[in-house]
Parts: sequence; structure tokens; C-alpha cells
Amino acid sequence: MHTLTLSHFLILGAVLFAISVVGIFLNRKNLLVLLMTIELMLLAVNMNFVAFSHYLHDLSGQVFVFFILTVAAAEAAIGLAILIVLFRKLKSIHVDDLDGLKG
Amino acid sequence: MFDHFVVPNLLPAAPEIFLALMASAILLIDLFVKDSRRTVTFALSVLALLGCAAIQLWVAVPDVTYTFSHMFVADLMSVLLKLLVYLTVIVVLFYSRAYVIDRGEMNKGEYYVLTLFATLGMMVMISANHFVTVYIGIELLSLSLYAMVAMNRDSLAASEAAIKYFVLGALASGLLLYGMSMIYGATGSLEITAVARQVHGANVNGNLLVFGLIFLVAGLAFKLGVVPFHMWIPDVYHGAPTSVTLLIGSAPKLAAFAVVIRLLVSGLLAAANEWQDMLIIMAVLSMAIGNLAAIAQTNIKRMLAYSAISHMGFMLLGIVTGVVAVVGADGTVGGDISNALDAYSSAMFYVIAYVLMSLGTFGMILMMARAGFEADTLDDFKGLNQRSPWFAAIMMMLMFSMAGVPFFIGFFAKFAVLMAVIAAGYTWLAIVAVLFSLIGAFYYLRVVKLMYFDAPTDETPIRAGLDMRLLISANGVAVALFGMFPQSIMALCAAALVYSHFPH
Repeated sequence: MHTLTLSHFLILGAVLFAISVVGIFLNRKNLLVLLMTIELMLLAVNMNFVAFSHYLHDLSGQVFVFFILTVAAAEAAIGLAILIVLFRKLKSIHVDDLDGLKG
Repeated sequence: MFDHFVVPNLLPAAPEIFLALMASAILLIDLFVKDSRRTVTFALSVLALLGCAAIQLWVAVPDVTYTFSHMFVADLMSVLLKLLVYLTVIVVLFYSRAYVIDRGEMNKGEYYVLTLFATLGMMVMISANHFVTVYIGIELLSLSLYAMVAMNRDSLAASEAAIKYFVLGALASGLLLYGMSMIYGATGSLEITAVARQVHGANVNGNLLVFGLIFLVAGLAFKLGVVPFHMWIPDVYHGAPTSVTLLIGSAPKLAAFAVVIRLLVSGLLAAANEWQDMLIIMAVLSMAIGNLAAIAQTNIKRMLAYSAISHMGFMLLGIVTGVVAVVGADGTVGGDISNALDAYSSAMFYVIAYVLMSLGTFGMILMMARAGFEADTLDDFKGLNQRSPWFAAIMMMLMFSMAGVPFFIGFFAKFAVLMAVIAAGYTWLAIVAVLFSLIGAFYYLRVVKLMYFDAPTDETPIRAGLDMRLLISANGVAVALFGMFPQSIMALCAAALVYSHFPH
């Protein structure tokens, strides 16, 4: 019989986290995808916290998840607002077009 | 089920509670304030911060006090750092006032309320004794700053800086949280003092702890802005409105220092062997890349951004060497406590000195800026001596202090850190630090050369309000005066750390 152990959850968390980091660094097209990968990263962390919380029989990890979810909502709101401000000036949401500041 | 609920002791957190209430009240009051009467909001914000300082002094006790189920700690280090944060933010508000009024888009109530919420975030960071509190504090600060960077909606550079800051800041939070989740898994606790007990008792899964530690250090390095996690600093400093750059480049450094001390020293000192090498590499790289890249800049805000990277690297040296002094050859924690104290207080002194200098230099850029003119290139400082000898002299003192020329505060900050580095036996590190500081002196002295030996490109007389002139003069004089009498601040830093971390 295969049972789910802590390692399975940690590996899932690590894979989600890796996808999101790769998404941030390899994505050259769309800023919206960047916002999605940021959400995914926080969800990967949540997966870790819930898994540890369950296996440690300690509730504080799950409480932390609520805080992360709440902050993630606020973060998404600010991120989208900044994206709109940027789009109004730049008329584009391509990552490659963000080249005004360099040196 | 509520019979277990005990009302926590609210007194140690009274300044935070007061500021949260005041910020919310000012947000409401501002609705009834006309755009032309925005000074009311400004005055209320300054009053709120002064009120915080008064309450802070009133509730301060020398003992370490925990409240909210050990999530929040009040100790002398937090009192000192918070008082400095209030002072810094008040000065930031005064320096930014004319700049913000000239750019009507930014002169909204939100600007002041976001400044207050950012301050609240810093206060929570400084007093955090739990991973949740650290995270909430960092996010409250960061989210306010993201919005403030984007506040000048007419500027493409500001919007671009905001989105870059947002994405990289969110990535940093993700790394920090991932590290925290692993440390939680290894130790079974989110409370920093409990984590310290677990790690000290060696009753943890070592691999998991080190794995988490790497992510935690990476996240902290992002927030501090040290190499290799520095990419956002130049773009944000350059693109953001100068008044927001002033805020980002000053008070948050104090809070970031407190978080590093809380997480790495209070929490994970027993794992110091693991994080100390990482910090040494980051410190050396920061001093190298920061100082070398700053030479190539033509924009003074961008130059100061690279200078900030190198200064943060230098500050890390103090934190690193404190650990070496405490951890014995066999890896056990112990040893000479006076060296550790010297090292941490030198790092704290360095941060305070840096904040004082950074306030002055960005304040000078703000003073020279006017409506439609940013004064943010090096050329704008040409011939400042002919336009205003007094302000040229102040800028010269600030640049000398940043470069570490003797008898300014920056010299003693560098000197104290180097003493701690040598006392810990890292002579090579001290030599590297001095060499890169010498390279760094070039671009600071270049500003002095431009001010005194070049002809001005712009003959417009410098106009600034009396408050601005007085404050920036006081700031420049403070850099020189505390350079002559550094013992007062040094003693304060040492006392704050003794009572907070080495109780007798």
C-alpha cells in the first residue's frame, strides 16, 4: 500500500516552488504571468506549512497559512494596481519592454 | 471555548496601537481636507509620530518584556531603534514636503497615510519575536512602499521601478517564507526564542534546518539589498520619486538590521557556523560590486543606490564577526561575550550612521529639485559652491562621511566594524574592506570635485523653506559633530544590546 508521507507533501511544495521561481526568471513575455507565479510561490509555502503542521500536531503552522493567504490577497491587489499604472504609460505588459532603467 | 482567552498586556505595544489608530483616523480626516490645505494632513502625521515617541518613552522599561503570547518583544534595542525610526520618518516628511507639493499628483492624503503604515510595519519588524510577526511587519512595510513608488502616475520610470520592486520584493517574501516553513518543520515552532532553544538543544533535523536557513538568509539578503540579491536596489532608487527613495533608503535599514539580529542572532545563533560563511561571501561581494558599479554612474540616485549596497555589505561584517567571537572551535556556543557585544553594537552604530548620512544626501537632492526639475544627475551638482557655499559645504561633509574620511561619523562607523573584524581574527576581511572603501572614496570625492572645481550648468538660486534649510544644516552638522563625539551613540548601542541580548 502506498500512503502519503510528509516527504510527498514536501516534494509537491518544492516542485511548485521551483516552477514559480523558474517562471519568474524565464518568463520574458507577460507581466500577468509573473503575478501568477508569485501566487503559486505563496501556495507552495502554504503546502509546506500545512504538511508540517499536520505531522507535528501543532496548529500554529495552519494559522500562519491564513495570514499568508490574507497578505497574498493584498499583494495581488497592489500588484494589479501597479500593473494598470504601468500599462497606461507603457501601453504594453511585455517583460522585455521594461528596459527604461538600467546601468 | 473562549474561557481560555486572556487579554494580552497591551502596554508594550502601545506605540504601535497608537500609530495604527492615528493612521486610520488621518485617512478619514483627510477626506474632508481640500487639496490646498494638505498641510493639515502633514502636520497630523508629524504629530502622530511625535506622539509615538512620547508613548515609547513613557512605556519603555529596561527589562525584556514579551506580550501577545511571545509574538511581540519590547526590549531596549527595540526602544532605541523605534525612536530613531520616528525621528527619521519625521525628518523624511519635512524633507519631502516641498518636493511633494511641487508634484501635485503625489500631494494626496494617501502619501502621508502610507508613510505612517510603512512606519508601523518597521515598528512591528523591530519588535517581532515570531515568524508571523516578522512576515506581517515586512509585508506592511513593503506593500506601503510599492504603492508609494508608483504614486507619481505621470512618470514611466516610477511605474517601471514599482513593478520591478513589487515582483522582486514578492520573490524575496516567498524565499523568506519557504525558509521559515522549513525551520518550522525542523524545530516545530514559529516563535523565535523557542526556535533558539530547539536549535541550541541540537534536538532538530539538521538538514532541514540548514535547507531552511539558506532560503531565510536569501530572503533577508533581498530585503537588505546585498549582492547577489541586489538587482532591485539601483532600479528602485533611480526610478522612484526622490522623496520615496529617501524613505526607502533610510528608516527601513534600521528595521532590516533588527530583523537580521532577531532571526539570525536571537533565533539561529547555534546554527551560526552555517550562515556565517554565506554572510561573509555576500558582504565581500556587496562591497566589491557596490563600489565598482557606483563609479560608472551618472545619475546620483543610482550612484547612491550602489553605495547603499556596499554600505549594507560593510554592516554585515559586524554581524558576521560577532558570531565568530562567540562560537568556539568545537562549534559550541560560548566564548568571549564582550567581542560579540562589540561586533553587534558596531553593526548597529554603522546602520545608524548610514541612515543619518543617507538622510542628508537624499535631502540635498530634494532641496535642489524644484517643479519639473529633479536634480538627480551628477552634473546638476556642478559648481554648487558658487550657488550656495554653505550647502556645498554640508554636501561635502556628507560625502566625506560616506567615504569614511576621518573625524566624520562614517569614519568611526567603519573603524568600529573593522576593529570587531580584526578582534575576531579575520584580518584578510578587514584588508578587503579597507581596499574597497578606498575604491569607493573615488566616487564620493568626485561629487566634491564637481561642486568645487566645475562651473555650474544651472545658475538658478536654491530656494528652500526655512524648515528644510535648518534641518539639513542640522543633519550635516550632526554628521560632523557625532564624528567628533561618537562615544555617545556607541554607548547607547552597546547598552541597548546588553540589556536585550546579554542580560546579566
